[in-house]
Amino acid sequence: MYSNTVMDHFKNPRNVGEMKDADGVGEVGNPICGDMMTIYIKVKDEVLEDVKFLTFGCGAAIAVSSILTEMAKGKTIQEAQHITNKSVAEALEGLPKNKLHCSNLGADALQSAIRDYFDRKSGKVRKEPKRKDEHEHHHGDRCYCPYCDVEADEKSPVCVNCGQELEAAH
Amino acid sequence: MNIINLDHIAANPLLPGVQEAMIDAIEKNYGNPSSQHKLGDAAAEKLQLAREQVARLINSPVEKEVIFNSSGTESVNHAIKGVAFANANKGKHIVTSNIEHNAVLRTLRALKMMDYRVTSVPVDEYGRVNPTDVAEAIKDDTILVSIMHSNNEIGTIQPIEAIGEITRDKKVIFHSDAVDSVGVVPIDVQQLGVDLLSFAANQFYGPSGVGGLYIRRGTRIWPLIDGGVQENNKRAGTENLIGIIATGVAAELAVDEMQFRIDHARKLKERLIQGLRQRIEDIIINGHPELSLPNLVSVSVRFIEGEGIVLMLDEENIAVSTRSACAAGALQASHVLLSIGRDFADAQGTLVITYGRNNSEADIDRFLDVLEDVVQTLRNISPLYVQAKQAQA
Repeated sequence: MYSNTVMDHFKNPRNVGEMKDADGVGEVGNPICGDMMTIYIKVKDEVLEDVKFLTFGCGAAIAVSSILTEMAKGKTIQEAQHITNKSVAEALEGLPKNKLHCSNLGADALQSAIRDYFDRKSGKVRKEPKRKDEHEHHHGDRCYCPYCDVEADEKSPVCVNCGQELEAAH
Repeated sequence: MNIINLDHIAANPLLPGVQEAMIDAIEKNYGNPSSQHKLGDAAAEKLQLAREQVARLINSPVEKEVIFNSSGTESVNHAIKGVAFANANKGKHIVTSNIEHNAVLRTLRALKMMDYRVTSVPVDEYGRVNPTDVAEAIKDDTILVSIMHSNNEIGTIQPIEAIGEITRDKKVIFHSDAVDSVGVVPIDVQQLGVDLLSFAANQFYGPSGVGGLYIRRGTRIWPLIDGGVQENNKRAGTENLIGIIATGVAAELAVDEMQFRIDHARKLKERLIQGLRQRIEDIIINGHPELSLPNLVSVSVRFIEGEGIVLMLDEENIAVSTRSACAAGALQASHVLLSIGRDFADAQGTLVITYGRNNSEADIDRFLDVLEDVVQTLRNISPLYVQAKQAQA
């Protein structure tokens, strides 16, 4: 089911652990979807000197977090801002379709950590990072079936393409 | 490769006697049981024998009341849709429970689109239905009650006999999905008071691709598959004779070995639950402590997600199943676990461990050894675990 790269990162995850003195923290996901990720960044001279993660989730979610830390570490903030969920999935040699929406949140968590870093730097009062307990639309306004990746009709309780129930996703 | 199979509910290995029966059936090359010549007669005889063997397993009084089909899922579809269609003139209301298998849920979903109404009764923290709730849910236009015998995720066994009394009293047809019970625990359709009972051969070491439906004589039901007069006019299509012959043999072995299998499974269950409780903190054993299947343990391992556990155990050649939403094919938390009060995160970390006659205590011990390490590895990655530890400190 998973590529060799995914399995490698799942079995030997890189950069695991909490970072107590992080300069920025990003959290995404919720247990309803099945995956939660926390990304910690340490910044020096606008370079991501260290990146760590904690993840609750499936094999794909752990592999996504692990490879993301490798991709981001050593990059300038500007470079790291170009990392997307799509480029993470590509670095993992692809993910199963049904994992693309729920487990592939690593770049979102990183971008959230970078925003948190800027907020702290500009002296903005840091809000408690909040996880949304709602279904999020990663493609913008449109809603895609999380099972088969075909655009879904939000009013229909069932995906017209694959027949899976969509109620719980909304 | 030596794999420890603790996922018997997905696929039971064929017993040697069952394999032999299949090979023999292939070599004998029986004809079509419907044919009116010697080849057909020999086939019909074999089909009849298998029906008798299976009838004994569920104590069906008349062999004709058992029909063969392709799977437990087909049985469930046939029972529910067959009754719904045949009794639509009487009413369009069906009563079920909140923890049924997808075969039931989705069949009912399809019927809802055809203007049938469904009342689903809740379960308690152990996953048990209260028969009083079923009685109250039955209305004048109720045509069917469908409650599973045992649950495939948590193993809890339902008070089918008590519900059977209610349905007989109220003259409503009663179906029980007993796919995970038949061949595992004693099932007596007369004692249970059911009109319809679904089962599958692969749950008692028979082949995949053979299911069965008990239909009490006089039950108003239409065929699901229309065509010829096979299976007492209730299921058309040439029979899967090789599979059915093997199912008969598996049923006979299940009758003979029933007590041994139950005793063996209970011993493993006790060892497994005790080991889990001793060795892993923050776990929840799901299901009823006594009224449950002997061959199944459901455990929610808090703070981590089940697919990761399954993948890591697989690396160590141990096969188990998870009901996590992330597991292949499903992206939603188990409705069964949510119904018994697990929260989303705990539901995600749930394993279903099912074992059989060929598993040993050493298998259980090895599983516990590996699981302990796997759980700690995954917990060290988990933000929920880190938060919980900090809160404790």
